[in-house]
Amino acid sequence: MSFISRGFKGRGRREGAAGRLPPGQYLEHGFPVLSAGPTPHTPLDRWDFTMVGQVDQVRRWTWDEFLALPAETITRDIHCVTKWSKLDSTWTGVSVDTLLDGVETSADYVLAFCDGGYTTNLPLEDVTGGKAWIAYAYEGQPLAPAHGGPARLLVPHLYFWKSAKWVRGLELLAADQPGFWESLGYHNRGDPWREQRYWGDE
Amino acid sequence: MDAEALRLDGNAAAGLLDQIFASEVTTVRGTCAGCGRTSSIGALLLYGGAMGAVLRCPGCEAVVLRAAAIRGRYLLDLRGAAHLELRDGA
Ligand SMILES: [Zn+2]
Repeated sequence: MSFISRGFKGRGRREGAAGRLPPGQYLEHGFPVLSAGPTPHTPLDRWDFTMVGQVDQVRRWTWDEFLALPAETITRDIHCVTKWSKLDSTWTGVSVDTLLDGVETSADYVLAFCDGGYTTNLPLEDVTGGKAWIAYAYEGQPLAPAHGGPARLLVPHLYFWKSAKWVRGLELLAADQPGFWESLGYHNRGDPWREQRYWGDE
Repeated sequence: MDAEALRLDGNAAAGLLDQIFASEVTTVRGTCAGCGRTSSIGALLLYGGAMGAVLRCPGCEAVVLRAAAIRGRYLLDLRGAAHLELRDGA
């Protein structure tokens, strides 16, 4: 109910949450924080983003180089496996397609790696074709460290643990390799619309 | 006699493991596989929220122990622990 009074930003809001909440999810207006570890505070002059693994050559961007890449602003619903969903969150960042432009690879999987040691694994096709970004702004503001700043992976069509906070790069892999939560009982792919929460879910 | 002839199946360790898993958890001490520091469970740093328990070393912040409740079963990941020391609960 209260989301109606929090201001309309897009046509989607007018339609409300009906049909936009995956099974088992509830509507959340805040932005809960969930972390598997302490918040890293990597200085921007020591930050970089790298594309490693099965690539013809390693790609690396400094913070300044990253900000100079073509950016996109997108509005998406996000869904946490702990059952909250948040509608119409607006992010700015670089599409993974842009980062992979010109990269020659035979990989079918990626493992996102992060400051603090967190990892999450995804099929390459879940981060290409306009489905994933490296986001550095949220609602027009620099992404707060608690929410994964300076930059996080954003893969809104999968449960939010896949949108790795404090991301520093993608490793392209020929064979899938379970990430942090995927190796502790959480589903390997995590599609909220199919309610793929845990090992064994179809 | 060679080692294979002396080998038993894992059930023969059940008595010992029963005693270990029946231990009072608060008496457990874990040694970090990263830096070697030994800490009681209560001294580890807990993260992970509703997804599971991620217990980190107070010395180096490496993960020592992870646990999650997954649809009626429990998963325990100890790859970050060099070993655990448990006191006899009796
Ligand atoms: Zn340690």
